[in-house]
This record gives sequence, C-alpha cells and structure tokens, in this order.
Amino acid sequence: MIKQTLMLAATAAMLSTAAEVVVIRDATIHSMGSSGTLERATLIIEDGEITAIGTDVAVPAGATVIEGAGKIVTPGIFDTASNLGVREVGAVDSTVDHRGSKTSGPSFKVVDGFNPRSPGMIANRIEGVTRGFLIPSPDGEGHIIAGTGSVVHFGGGDDYIVNEDAAVIAYLGENGSEMAGGARGHAALKLREALNDAEDYRDDRDSYDSGDTRELSLGKTDLEALQGVIRGNVPLIVVVDRASDIEAVLKLGNEFALELIIYGGAEAWMVADKIADADVTVVLNPLQNLPNRFETLNSTFENAVRLHNAGVTIAFVHSDSHNPRNLTQLAGNAVANGLPWDVALRAITVTPADLFGGSNDCCSIVPGNMADLVVWPGDPLEVTTYADHVFIDGEQIEMKSRQTLLRDRYLDLKDELPFAYRK
Amino acid sequence: MTVSRIPRVLLLGCVLLLVACGDTSKEAEQTDVPFASTYKPATSKPVLIKNARVLIGNGEELENGSVLMAEGVIQAVGEKLRAPRDAIEIDAKGKWVTPGIIDTHSHLGVYPSPGVSAHSDGNEMTSPVTAEVWAEHSVWPQDPGFAAALAGGVTSMQILPGSANLIGGRSVTLKNVPSRTMQGMKFPNAPYGLKMACGENPKRVYGEGKGRAPGTRMGNVAGYRDAWIDAKKYQKKLNAHKEGNGEAPDRDLSLETLAGVLNGEILVHNHCYRADEMAIMLDVADEFGYKVSSFHHAVEAYKIADLLAESGTCASMWADWGGFKMEAFDDVRENIPMVANTGACAIVHSDSAVGIQRLNQEAAKALAAGQRVGINFDEAEAIRWITLNPAKSLGVMSVTGSLEEGKMADVVLWNTNPFSVYALAEKVYIDGVLTYDRFNPAHQPVSDYVLGHRAENGGAK
Repeated sequence: MIKQTLMLAATAAMLSTAAEVVVIRDATIHSMGSSGTLERATLIIEDGEITAIGTDVAVPAGATVIEGAGKIVTPGIFDTASNLGVREVGAVDSTVDHRGSKTSGPSFKVVDGFNPRSPGMIANRIEGVTRGFLIPSPDGEGHIIAGTGSVVHFGGGDDYIVNEDAAVIAYLGENGSEMAGGARGHAALKLREALNDAEDYRDDRDSYDSGDTRELSLGKTDLEALQGVIRGNVPLIVVVDRASDIEAVLKLGNEFALELIIYGGAEAWMVADKIADADVTVVLNPLQNLPNRFETLNSTFENAVRLHNAGVTIAFVHSDSHNPRNLTQLAGNAVANGLPWDVALRAITVTPADLFGGSNDCCSIVPGNMADLVVWPGDPLEVTTYADHVFIDGEQIEMKSRQTLLRDRYLDLKDELPFAYRK
Repeated sequence: MTVSRIPRVLLLGCVLLLVACGDTSKEAEQTDVPFASTYKPATSKPVLIKNARVLIGNGEELENGSVLMAEGVIQAVGEKLRAPRDAIEIDAKGKWVTPGIIDTHSHLGVYPSPGVSAHSDGNEMTSPVTAEVWAEHSVWPQDPGFAAALAGGVTSMQILPGSANLIGGRSVTLKNVPSRTMQGMKFPNAPYGLKMACGENPKRVYGEGKGRAPGTRMGNVAGYRDAWIDAKKYQKKLNAHKEGNGEAPDRDLSLETLAGVLNGEILVHNHCYRADEMAIMLDVADEFGYKVSSFHHAVEAYKIADLLAESGTCASMWADWGGFKMEAFDDVRENIPMVANTGACAIVHSDSAVGIQRLNQEAAKALAAGQRVGINFDEAEAIRWITLNPAKSLGVMSVTGSLEEGKMADVVLWNTNPFSVYALAEKVYIDGVLTYDRFNPAHQPVSDYVLGHRAENGGAK
C-alpha cells in the first residue's frame, strides 16, 4: 500500500517536470493584443501559459498539435451579464442565485452562489464562452444599488474567481424608478444618498462604529461595498437607456468622480459625444431596435456603429441569460449594420475583459497570458460557426455537455433497447 | 439537394382558383363571416429579378435564376426569363432570392411595443378554456414590431393568443402589410388556428395562481377532454340540424370554434415542450378526431420525431432557446435538423418580436448544428423550415411559402446568402408589391407610435 502511494507520487512528480505543450499550428490568430492579427501563425501553450506566437515559431517535440489551417483563433467570449453558474432553470427559484432581495444592497455578491459544475454553464463554454461578469439582478422592492458583481472563468475547479469586486451595479431609468417608489427622482435621490453616506462613513468610521453618526441609508457592509466606488477604483455600472437618463448619470459620475459603465444605453447614440467626453464605456445589445419601452423610443440597430464613430468604447450584452453563446451572433449583426469586424470581436472579448479585469490582463493572446481562447472552424461571428476547441485559464476543456449527450442519445431513433440505456 | 430547372410554363395557380385548392377550400366562403379580410394588394408593375441564387422553398434551387412577378403572383421562375415590356428589371448578381418568411408563432399586435400593461392583450387569463376569444380582436396594427419583422423578410405570420390557457382562443394569420385595421392585414381565406397549451403554464396560472383547476398535468388533460366532449355534442347537434334533424343549437362562440376544429376547418396549434406530453396530445387528438397541425416550442421534439413524422404533425421550434423553465431543460442545438431528418415537418418559429426579425439566422444555426452531427441538409432544403413548412402548418401552402407559379408573389431579395449573419433583406415584396426597400425610405413603413421619433426599427437607414 505504502509502496503504491510512493510510486504514484513519483509518477506525479515526473509528469509535473515535463511541461505539457499544446501547439496550434498554421491558424489565423486574432490576438486582440500586442501580437496583432497573424496569418498562418503558430501558438505555443506550455502548462496553460502562452509562451510563443508568430509565423516562424518551431513546433517543440512531443507537443500535442492542433492543426489550425483554415481556422481562426480568438480570445474567449466574455459574458457581460452572466447568469451562468448562478441560474440553472430560470423558472425554478431554487436554482436561481443572482437576484437581490428586499433587504439586500451593494454588498450582495452573486459569486457566493456560483456553481462551477453547472450544466448550463458547460453548455455555453463548449461554444466559446470562457468567462463572465456575474451580474446582480434587482429585486422589485430592493435597493436600486443591487449588488457587487464578480468576474469568474468557466473552466471549472475551485479557483474560478478572476476579480471579486469587479463592479457595483445600480438600476436607474424605468426599472430604478419603479424600485425606488415610482419616480425617477426617487431613484436619483437613493443613489445620491448612498454615495454621500459612503463618503461620510469613509471620513469618520470611528464615529459610525461607536454609534455617534446620524442615521445612514445603508448598513455597514453596504457602506463598505461602496468604498471602492467612491474611490473610483471599482466601476459603478448604471443600467439606463433614455438619453436624458444617461446625461443625468454622466453629471452624477462627474460630481462624485466615479468610474462609470453604462449598461443598456438604447438611446446612447443620441448623446454619443458627451459619453465620449466622459470616457465612459457603453455595454449595449446591438439587437435592441424596438421601442419596446418608452425609454427606448429611439432605438436603432446603428447604436453600436454610431457610438464607435463618436469615439465611445463599446462592449456587448445579450438579453437571453441561457444563451451568452449567442454573443457572437449579436456581434455579427452589429457588423451587418456597419460596425468594423474587429471592433465587434473586441466588444465580446477583450473590451469587457479589460473593463472588469482590474489589473488582470487575462484575455488577449500574447506570451505571458494564460490561454483563454477559442479555435473556430471559420468566422466566429457567423451563425453557422461552432467552436472546435476551447481553452479556459490554460486548460483545454472537454467539448461535451448534457446537451450533446442528450443529442447523441436520440440521434438515431431506431433502436430496440430503451433510450435510457444509451449513456 | 440538386439544382433543378423549373419549367418556364406560366401556370394559373390556385390563388386564382381558390376553391379548387384543397387546404383553404373550406374557408372559401369566408367573405360572409364577420371581421372578413379587407386586404387588397396595391397594383404594381411586373418585376423581374434576374441573375440571383434562387431558393425556391420546396427543396429546389437555381444557381443563376430569375423570378418574374406580375398581377401579384409569381408568373415564372427559371434560368432565363424575358421581362414584359413594362417590367422593372433588377439585376441581382451575387444576391439571393427566397420566398417571404412565414412565422407560425408571433404575438405581434397582441403584445405590442411598447410592452406596457395597457397593451397586454394576448392572454385571456380568466378561465382555462377560452375558445371564444379571437386573437385578431386584440391585434394593434400600429405595433412597430410589424415593420421590424418586415425588414427581416417576414411576409406572413400567425398571431396567437398566449399559453396561459388550456385552450386560449383563435389565432389569425396576417400578411405583414401596413394597415390602419387588422382586417386590412388579414390573410385572405386563410383558415383560423386554435391555440392550445400543455404543461407548466396553465397549471401555474390556474392551480398555483388562482387555486382552481387545472393544477397538474393530469388536470390539464382532463380540461382538454371536457372541452372536446362538449364540442362533440355541439357538433352533433349542428350536423343533425344541417341534415334536417332538429333545431340548430344556440350560438356559442366557444363551441363554434371547437366544432370548427372537429370539422377540420380550424387548425390546432399546440404549445407543448415535452416529448411525453406531445405523445399524449396526439392521443387526445385521436380520441376526438382532430389533428394537431403543429406543436409549438417542442423543445423535446427530437425525442419523438418519429411519432411526429407518422402522424404528419409539424413542430415549430427555436434554434437554441432552452433552460428558462423545467420543461425547456432538455433543449439541444440539433432539435430542428433532427426532426427534419426523420421526414417530419420542421419549422423555425420565433415567439418573439426580436427573434422574428432574424428567422433566417435561426434557421442557419439549426442547419449548421445538424451538419456537425452528419445531418447534411443544404440551404435549399433548410429554407423550407421558414417558408413552405410554416405555410403548410397554417393551411396556406397552396397559395404561398414557395416561389412556384401562381402563388402569391411574397418574395425577399437578400444582399447575400440568407444563412449568414451578414445577410440583410434588401427588398421585400408582398403580393408583388414592394413593401420594404432597405435603401429607399419611401418604402419603409413607420407606425403611428414612433412617428416623429428617431427610432429606426427594422434597420431602415
């Protein structure tokens, strides 16, 4: 018994000394970083880390080779409003862990409920979605500052947190107005009150702790959660669509020196210059063209390209929490409506990764970064393209999900054995 | 599918001889029923689109084809067609032509934009069986979603009541033409549909929401069967009266609709996700002698595609929606091609004001998903999922759904292969009339609701 254990340990030690090398050869690589775009290039991944990329890179002996001829390599897709791992079945409440409550506020963290073995997450990662921002959703009666979102990767394991305090999120516009009591003014007041209180708390914690301050609108954990926001090193996401609401948010951001991100932004194109001046990123859904709410009356498919032309940085967000894999389709539609292809690809990969990554530059394909990338058989933005290989945080993942197993089970309906025996 | 030549014979289609056209003949006397269609296509010059890749809709295609429309109908489809003297000629080199897209599952007009509660007119959630309501009485023709769908190439769609009820009421098939009235959009002589719903929604709305039946799936089935038993009695009285035996029964809006189903005049469209429930609904249909024209959503259709093929039942499906509720947990990317591969009638539907604008892209996803597992349909075959098959399930296949002589000239000109994310509809013809033109604002309808705003729904530039 002891001998066996020793032998196993020795084998493990031997394995760990020889680096595992994976090579992607002869592919078109969109590094989305300093390596630029390379044709017929080779990429070396050693123990998960990108060690070389170029057109004259030799393939090391013993490497596992992925033939990349005719294929396209991009950074992984970033889900900017992710419910993966925190929502299995939308209508089954016991599987939903991203919603705030009546009493929760800025300190609510969705990541505390994250399940890195989620079947729904796995179904999306095999299609190239490698990481995401776990977005706190509002409760109808909760605080308009609904929580703190974290960035995770979808590779599995227990070290999935990339950036725990990636951003705090506040809901304004029609949604926020309803939550705050029925008028936009109530929501604005709540937000301002929370930021003022966070500043007062920062300035005199001792008095707060000894109970010598006026009554504040939030409790201690929520005030703590806002410290990064008022310091300007944790972004405040504001969900807002109407042009006038966006203008109001920009003023508030200026007043409190916030690092703002606008989510939604259906009418952002109408105030594009102001957004560009404030250097605020807009995370928008390029398929949003219907005036389905009064605050989206001026929606257009050209929102993305107009913002881009005005110098605004954009990223994309989907509206189907079970299908972030369709972010590629959203980006493709933005291209069909005038956005340059590389900007669209950036908007679903490195732009959001940078936005939420803190100092962690994870996702461009350059030496020194862990491999977080997808090998596609064709144009990744095309609806007929499905991922061939996916690497997350250095690991190549198995291209299998509960969905592919179900498919395989029923692919041939002519069989004498009951389907339950096909596994 | 091989490229085949369509004979250049100019046929008088059944659109002109409607009574002889099977599917719709029973509704031919619809002019004397209430709320009759007032839709009349405008007059238009003949149009010849030439040098296009033409997907006919029936599985065939022309690599370098022409389509001639005149008098509102397809006059000819072929490789070299000569234009009449007054025809508008369009050189479509590098472009693609398909039949107009048809959506079997839309709530445009009944759940319009803006989605405020004052506009929530799609679910009569006051009783689990509301066969007496007609979706057409809720349709708001000013829904800007119609124009957006038009820009996506949609020329006809079925507007359904929602799925809160076991039997939700009559659907209506509309042509996607701008009009002040619902009647002005109503597809002439199309049969009505009846919306039924399985599974979670009715039992949640009534059992959980209102503390009354149905509260379970078995309660659901009892509810359908009770309704059909009443309908049978009513039908019997009606038929006896027609044969000179006995009084006509008192008019009953609900039973009139259900009897219409039993008589084969109204087509059943059944919201149903799970495979086992679809199998039960096929048996309910057998028990009472009606046919399910299409299951809708049918997320698990791939598990019983053989049963669908045997019973001649269509499945209207999404390319990739799933997970949002328990009965949608077993979605697979390959559902649509797997159903088609058994020979069953596969349809891509939207159930969404957003999705309806890109049914071509949804069909493309399904096509490619099938190819990954060796189900090798091509574009000529897959276009059927959004054209001829939906037309079949709506009972209008004899007059639209494919580019065949004599059918309505419902035609889309695409800038490229419509099975691409980059494809945009450039021109959309409905009954030969240029109803949408991407490059000409004069041919871009704008609803009253957005007039004066800068919304540019539909991608109109």
